[in-house]
Parts: sequence; C-alpha cells; structure tokens
Amino acid sequence: MRPGAGLFGLLLLLVSAASPAADENLLRIGNGQEPETLDPHRGEGVSTANILRDLYEGLTAVAPDGRVVPGAAVAWEITGDGLEYRFELRPGARWSNGDPLTAADFVAGLRRSVDPATGSSFAGMLAPIAGAEAVTAGRLPPSALAVAALAPDRLRIRLVRPTPHFLGLLSHSTTFPIHRPSLQRWGRGFARPGRLVSNGAYRLDDWIVQSRVRLVRNPHYWNDRATRITRVDYLATEDLDSELKRYRADELDVSFQVPLVQVPRLRQTHAAELRVAPYLGVYYYGFNLTQPPFKDQPGLRRALALVIDRELIAGKLMHGLAQPAWGWVPPGTAGWPAERPAWTRVDAARRLEEARRLYAAAGYDAAHPLEVEIRYNTHEDHRRIAVLVAAMWKQALGVRTRLVNEEGKVYLNNRRLRRVTQVFRASWIGDYDDPSSFTDILRSNHGQNDTGWNQPRYDALLDAAAAARDAQQRQALLQQAEALILEEWPVIPIYWYTSKHLVKPRVQGWQDNLLDYHYSKDLWLSGR
Amino acid sequence: MIPALRRLLTSLPTLLVLLTLSFFLMRAAPGGPFDAERSLPPAIEAALVAEYRLDAPLWRQYLDYLGGLLRGDLGPSFQYEGYRVSELIAAGLPVSMSLGLLAMSLALLLGGAAGLHAALNRGRAGDHAVGLLAVLGLVLPGFVIAPLLILLFAVQLGWLPAGGWMPGRPSDLVLPVVTLALPQLAIIARLSRSSFAEVLEAPYIRTARAKGLPERLVLLRHALRPALLPILSYLGPAAAGLLTGSVVVEQIFDLPGIGRYFVQGALNRDYTLVLGVVLFYGALIVLFNFLVDLAYAALDPRVRSA
Repeated sequence: MRPGAGLFGLLLLLVSAASPAADENLLRIGNGQEPETLDPHRGEGVSTANILRDLYEGLTAVAPDGRVVPGAAVAWEITGDGLEYRFELRPGARWSNGDPLTAADFVAGLRRSVDPATGSSFAGMLAPIAGAEAVTAGRLPPSALAVAALAPDRLRIRLVRPTPHFLGLLSHSTTFPIHRPSLQRWGRGFARPGRLVSNGAYRLDDWIVQSRVRLVRNPHYWNDRATRITRVDYLATEDLDSELKRYRADELDVSFQVPLVQVPRLRQTHAAELRVAPYLGVYYYGFNLTQPPFKDQPGLRRALALVIDRELIAGKLMHGLAQPAWGWVPPGTAGWPAERPAWTRVDAARRLEEARRLYAAAGYDAAHPLEVEIRYNTHEDHRRIAVLVAAMWKQALGVRTRLVNEEGKVYLNNRRLRRVTQVFRASWIGDYDDPSSFTDILRSNHGQNDTGWNQPRYDALLDAAAAARDAQQRQALLQQAEALILEEWPVIPIYWYTSKHLVKPRVQGWQDNLLDYHYSKDLWLSGR
Repeated sequence: MIPALRRLLTSLPTLLVLLTLSFFLMRAAPGGPFDAERSLPPAIEAALVAEYRLDAPLWRQYLDYLGGLLRGDLGPSFQYEGYRVSELIAAGLPVSMSLGLLAMSLALLLGGAAGLHAALNRGRAGDHAVGLLAVLGLVLPGFVIAPLLILLFAVQLGWLPAGGWMPGRPSDLVLPVVTLALPQLAIIARLSRSSFAEVLEAPYIRTARAKGLPERLVLLRHALRPALLPILSYLGPAAAGLLTGSVVVEQIFDLPGIGRYFVQGALNRDYTLVLGVVLFYGALIVLFNFLVDLAYAALDPRVRSA
C-alpha cells in the first residue's frame, strides 16, 4: 500500500500548490468556442469577434450603451448625398509596436477584406462601398475599391448608395486596419503571439490553443490612460455546463452563455449576476420552396406558422431567455417600430380557424394528413423546440412530423442542397444594427437564403429601399418587405434572441446592448 | 528483442492502412472545412479551396499528403489558420502526456496495491471492499464521475480548479487524472487480485513458505514477478483506453490536449488535423506495445528463449 500512499501524498501536494487567481487586474472571460484565428479579416465567430474588438480598433467603435462613437477616427464628414465619407485619424495614432497608424493601413485592411484571395466570410458586408461587389466576385482587382488615403491621417470612402448604418459597420472587425509589414513578413501566419501587431486597447500576449488567449494592455493605444484592466484572459469554454461550474468556482468573471436548463435555478441563486437582454438575432424554421409539399403553397405555410405558440416556446421552454418572434426583424433594431404585425392581432381561436381552413384548402385532412420532416443540427435545445412544434402542428392540424437530427456540417449541406430538406431549423445573428442585416438574407440571390424563395416583388422592395435617399422612405420600404415575408411565409420566425451572461459583481461598467459588444477597455474591477 | 523489433516493423503497414482508411472516410463525410452557417460567396470559396488544394483529384491529394508525411510535414490546419498540424500536436502533447502518464501510474500503483490487498485477504471484508469499488469504477463512466468530482472539490470545497489549464498550475490535472484513471484502476485491481491469488496458490510459493522465508520476501522475491505478467500484458489495451478516455476528459475539463483536437477536428472537417492525430495515436499505441513486449521479455525468461 505504500506506493499508493506516496501517490496520494503527491496529489495532496498538488492540491496545496493550487493558487486561486487572485490577480486584481485580470479579467477572465468565458468565450465559448476557440477562436479559429485572430486575423481580423478571416475571423468568423462571435467568440473571435469578441477578442478582435479588444485587439483592434476600427474607424468607429461602440460605446457600452450601444451608441456608435469615434474610434481610430477622431472626426468625419459626410457629403449631403450620403455617398462620400471623409475621416480624420487621431493625431499621433500608433500600432502596438510603436509604428505610426496611417490611413493607408485602413485602405489596406478594407482592400484585403474584399479580396477573394483573403477568404473573408464578411466580405459581403462591405457591398455599400463602391467597387466592393465587383472585387469580391473576382471581376476587379482589390485596388478598384473606392477607398483612398488622402493624407497619412485622412481617409476617403465612396459608397454606391447611402447607407445609414455605414458608420456602425466601421466598428466591425472586417473593416479593421492591417499592419502591412507583419502581413508581408508572416503571410497568413501573422496573427500569432510574438507577431501580431494591433492598434486597439490591448495587444496579444499569449495564446494556448484550446485553452486561452491572453491580452495585455497596449501602451501605444491613444487612450491607454483610461484603460483600467491590465490583462484579459479569453478562456475557451465550449461546454456550457463546464463553463457554469468554472464560473461558480470563481474561475471566470464573465460567462459566454448560460445552460438553458439551469436558468430557473440561477434566477434564484444568481439573480443579480444573470444578465439577459435583447439581442440582434432570430431563430426560425425555413421551408424548402423548391420541392413539394411547400412549393407554391403559401397558404399551407401560413397555416403551419399560425398555430405555433411562440409565447409557450419563449416563456416556458426557453425560460424567458427569448422573445416570441412575431416578425422577422428583431425589435430594437435601429428605428424599427415595436408594434406587432397584423396577423397577431387576431385572437388564438380565430387564428386556429384560419389555419384549419388553409390546411384543408391545401388538400389535407385527417384521413390524408401532411407528413413532414423537420431537420436540425444535433443539439438538445433544437430538439426540444422541434418536439414542441411537432406537437403543436399535430394538435391543431393533425400534421405528422418526423424529426431528423444531423451532425452540423451534414445538416448544413442538406439545407443548402434543398433536395431532401423540407423544413429546417436555422438562426441568423445580425452583423450590424440595421433592418437590412435581416431583410437582405431572404433576397432571391443571397447565399444565406436556403429556402429558395424567389419573389421579384421582395427583391424590388429591397432595391428601392437601398436606393432611397430619405431615411423614412427607406424604413417604410423595408417594412413592406417584412410584411411580404409574413404574407408568403418562406420562413417561420419562432423567437428573437437574447444575450445571456453571468457577470460577477466585481466587474464594473458592464452595460447590456443590442449588439452584445463589451470592450474590456470600458470595464473595470472592484476589489473582491 | 528481435521478435519485438519484427513486430514493430510489421506494424508499419497497419499504420498505413489506418491512415488511408481515415483519409478517405473523412472525405466521404458530407460537408467540408469551409462550410459554415454563414455561406461564402462563390469566388471566395473557390479561392480558399484552391489555396488548400482541395480542388485536386482525391488520389492526388492523398499522394500529396503521403509525400508531405515522408518529409515530416503533417500539413496546415484548416481550422486554426496559420498553424501547422505538427505545431498543434506538439502544443497539446505535454498536457495529454502528463494526463496519460499520471493516470497510468495512479491506476497501476493503486490498482496493483488494491489487488494485492484483496488477494492477501481473500474472502474477508477488505477483499469485498476492493471488489465493490472495482465494479463501481468500471460501471461509472467519466462523464458521470467528472461532474460529481467537480461539484464536490471545485464548487463546494473550492480546493481544486473546475477546469481549464494554466501553465505551471499542476492542480489543474488532479481531477482529470483521477477521472481518467478510475476505470483502468478498477480493471487493474481485479486483474492483479486474481493474478496474485493464483500465484500465491502455486507450489513454489508453498515451498518458499515451507523453507521458512518471511512473508515479505515470499511476496517480493517469488510472487511479484509472475503475478505482474498478466498486468503487464494489459498495459497495451490500457494505454488505448486512456487515449480514448482522454478525449472525453479533456472535453469536460477544458484541457488543451490532443484528444480535444480530435473531436473538434472531426466536427470542423479539419482533415489534416484529424489525420495527424490518428497517425500520432496509432504510432503511440504501436510504440507502447513494443515497450510492453520488451518488458515482458525482461520479466519472463520463457518469452526470451522463444
């Protein structure tokens, strides 16, 4: 038994060596998935974007309350037609290695973003810039993008159409500048510790893949004096249950999310630390409109949409971590009206009556019920919703539903091919605070439109909105476009997202906002 | 030595078959490394596919991969941009190795000791206790034990971290090692109990006792070596068990080891990363079996002469 005892002693020694992270100036953020890269023009996921916003700064930034504020640019002018932006950079701005930050760095960053060779999944976001679409499609060289450095501290961007959300867009990682010497020297491998040069409030100190990314404050940042947190650890916390345990064991200050089933308990034990706020995202079911039974059947689609009890899903199933989606564009999106669309103003009994009538008109009845498949990527939350929706369809209309769960990439593939798919679960998180971030993805030629919906009237409304010079007129056209979605139902919106974090009381300065952006430079820590 | 070496050489074709199967199975799975919720514009996807040479015929890609392998290059990772697969494996190796070796030592020492204790106290309370614990260790999977351990030692008592890994913080490994070791510990305890029990019944042990040798020397000099042989031959399967177990344990405890690359790599269709890990695991098991063969020969004269 002696060797065993010796080992036990060794374990005890290890235990006693455990030191709690008592660092007063270290912020530990649970960040979900491991970032795939820290290259601002290649980064894709929410987890990556969170880190990139600390590392880099765009021409604009987002304040804790969600307002767009000056970032690397100190001021700007917009011409009367809304087509030309002139930015003035902050005097004496520098990169984290001390090199001067110039307008040419922003030009290089934007060009790199739209260059197909870069492989940016956000290139499409820059479509408002003149030349962007042709460059992204490979028809013109990146130099054809209408961005120019007029002087080391002056930048001009020309747009093809007035874009009300353009300033907000410039806080997104896809518009960040690039330190050209690093890119030249290291190529794609520049975004690593010891190589990455950034212009934000923090610089990259260390990166242990699958574990953590550590940032330290950047002394060359223009407002470094106001930065209070010295170091930030972004920890990979893929498993939500593990993350919650680490949060409860005081190893995290902020959690990436909270596991759904734990919410009722957390509302009692951690009520003050649970931050739930509206978020720019919609969870929906899409129809495959290129095949029966849903091809050319707007009435049938409407019947299925009408009988889904969204309040039950958002309130009971999601424990209030979601808002029932009556429409397509989430409420709170810039300038979007809060009123409910017409179809919801009818009471439930009348809605059910209409649904049954439409269902019968489509040729289905108790003897010949609709048989349909709901396809989703394997996940407990998606399964629970699908089970509930299937039950609602069954109860109200007698529909027979089969649930098909598939591994993520298999499901994506089937969704895009539109061969075996009938109904699919999907969600969309807006890239910027503007209704077009949602309406655009149902355009007939949009890569994200997996329904195959091809409605020329819808495309025409979006085109008219894009060309509109007047903000109110634009808004009205976009609302008409949304009304058209709720008439033809290529998709059934189910719930609107909320952001959900646990935030320790010692983290100060945290404010909920629609984009769920929280720059570490705007936070500070109180003593424990 | 020679038969063991021969076995080492004959395992090379096995590795090649493993590699080939994995290569084509990975490619047969629907979806590719650049499929994401956000779809890519065609020109951009084409540029990426060309950059990673996924547009070449499959047999060409396979030959290219083998060629790279001969030069010691496992290729670039598709998911972790700017990283080579070999770099990622090298980064995860210290974590996975410490985890595996510590778990193996724990399982061997505690399992062996518990088995010996049970064998010496056959039919008594100590024997039954070890038997019961062994069954528990066998039937409780890691994903059940781990959360219980975390709740008790990390959340309630606050003695140990709940997960994650900081360089230079060995306490991060305690709960993962215990979780990983338990099933192997249980198996080794049962193995060594029956092995010791059998050896202790052997005529030469009776002779040793009859000539008046103290019990301690009987155990050390006569019983230990033959009793260890079955345990030794179990080390190969045990190593394989630890490897597959580490995939789960690294996931639960957020440890940056190789096992996690395996799961994430498969989900992300990171072809090169998965192949690299498969190859590495395969080579490790081959190497381990070779070492076991050597140890076997050292312990058992019958094997040496054969």
